[in-house]
Amino acid sequence: MIGHGGWKWAGRAALTLIVAALLALFLLFVTLPVASLFLRISPEAFFRSLAESVVIDALTLSLATATVSTAVVVLFGTPLALVNARHDYLGREIIDTLTDLPIVLPPAVAGIALLMAFGRRGVVGQYFDAFGISIAFTTVAVILAQIFVASPFYIRQARASFEAVDRLYEDAARTLGASPATVALRITIPLAWSGLVSGAILSFARALGEFGATIMFAGNFQGRTQTMPLAIYTTMQGDLDAAISLAIILVVISFAVIAAVKVITRRSV
Amino acid sequence: MLSVHAVRHLRDFVLDITLSVRPGETLVLIGENGAGKSTVLNLISGILTPDEGEITLAGRTLFSSAERVAVPAENRKIGHLFQSYALFPHMTVAENVAFGLRCRKVPRPEIAFTVGNQLRAMNLADLADVNVSRLSGGQRQRVALARALVLEPELLLLDEPLAAVDMRAQAAMRGELRDRIRVAGIPCIVVTHNLRDAVELGDRLCLIDEGRVAAEGSPEEVLGMRENGFIASFAGPQAP
Repeated sequence: MIGHGGWKWAGRAALTLIVAALLALFLLFVTLPVASLFLRISPEAFFRSLAESVVIDALTLSLATATVSTAVVVLFGTPLALVNARHDYLGREIIDTLTDLPIVLPPAVAGIALLMAFGRRGVVGQYFDAFGISIAFTTVAVILAQIFVASPFYIRQARASFEAVDRLYEDAARTLGASPATVALRITIPLAWSGLVSGAILSFARALGEFGATIMFAGNFQGRTQTMPLAIYTTMQGDLDAAISLAIILVVISFAVIAAVKVITRRSV
Repeated sequence: MLSVHAVRHLRDFVLDITLSVRPGETLVLIGENGAGKSTVLNLISGILTPDEGEITLAGRTLFSSAERVAVPAENRKIGHLFQSYALFPHMTVAENVAFGLRCRKVPRPEIAFTVGNQLRAMNLADLADVNVSRLSGGQRQRVALARALVLEPELLLLDEPLAAVDMRAQAAMRGELRDRIRVAGIPCIVVTHNLRDAVELGDRLCLIDEGRVAAEGSPEEVLGMRENGFIASFAGPQAP
């Protein structure tokens, strides 16, 4: 005989079952496509396509441009994040909103916006063009597109990390004779370090995956502007093995990024 | 000699303080939580800026609203110990003590020599390479004091210097602290909630109430003012 307590138990078991089923279904939905990449290509074919020039060019270009754009983002974003974390000034909220904008802006909008600014007839680009400098459809354009879309990932994280540093350490450093620059370099940045590194990693990953803005603003030229996502899109129509191989490399990098961020942020706690 | 007149508008009241401390003298500030005691220390060390007033130390003007002078905190030569000590968690004991000397661009061999001496004098030599997160309350207090004293400050500000030291070690640490202050021979201001700190460390006592000096004098004089509610509860049932 099932008493009142028995019904309660059965209800809880059913709920657990439903939640577990939903969870399993969702996990499957995420992992199955990624697993399919590995199932649709043999190891031999994978390593064979790694030697193809389109793959090598895309890989080198992607790693180089994402590294440069991340470095630029860190160089400009760190002071900006530090100032916004520590000082209240008129217009701070506006600047914060503007730096966040690329996160919600569709990449296609970013692409055409960059083109309108830095294209040959662009608002700024026309003056560069007068000096014989063209930006659009060059490797520089790839980097600019990456900086545009990836910068918020670093700046947001950096600002949060700086805000988490107790001001008391900065005050103590001041009374011990540290100038504001020394305080930033020797106290605030070291104490925010793990957050800054994970922000830079996230920003690097976003730059590596950039597609929409790049193809519109930089074009799709192998060796110059054809990054890995663009190469996947291009080779998919002919050489599927190359496309899958590039995709697998990006999957591996993505996993490494998640793992790195987890390890770094956990160690700091 | 330190002399302070400082006015600052705080959220709940206007802080308006006038006080002076002679070299070798220790002034103890007592008062309710939120009376503005720590704010007084922050105004003197330069972490906060007064709205108006004048602060002079050993003949130097550190702040003067009339003369539009405000020496930044890093150039005031004041040792300021915070209640939680604020030891830099990413550095060892020796690195913490060396921090101020490195800011002053002192040559490395000299830093090593000076820091070594300071650590020995404070019985911290064995802990030189230990990360500060692994120290006890009493050890932290000594490191914070060493970090300030190694710079030979012209004034020492101590905010609840023994609050993080465990009860059993407090009496010994208090005696040690008193001796260090005497040896340093500079003016010193101590903020405390502890009657024994006030009696044993203080040459003079100053009661702060809502940002103003409510009473000032020798410990006996101030603690004898039993008609004051705070003093009555602070000094306990019998007079010291």
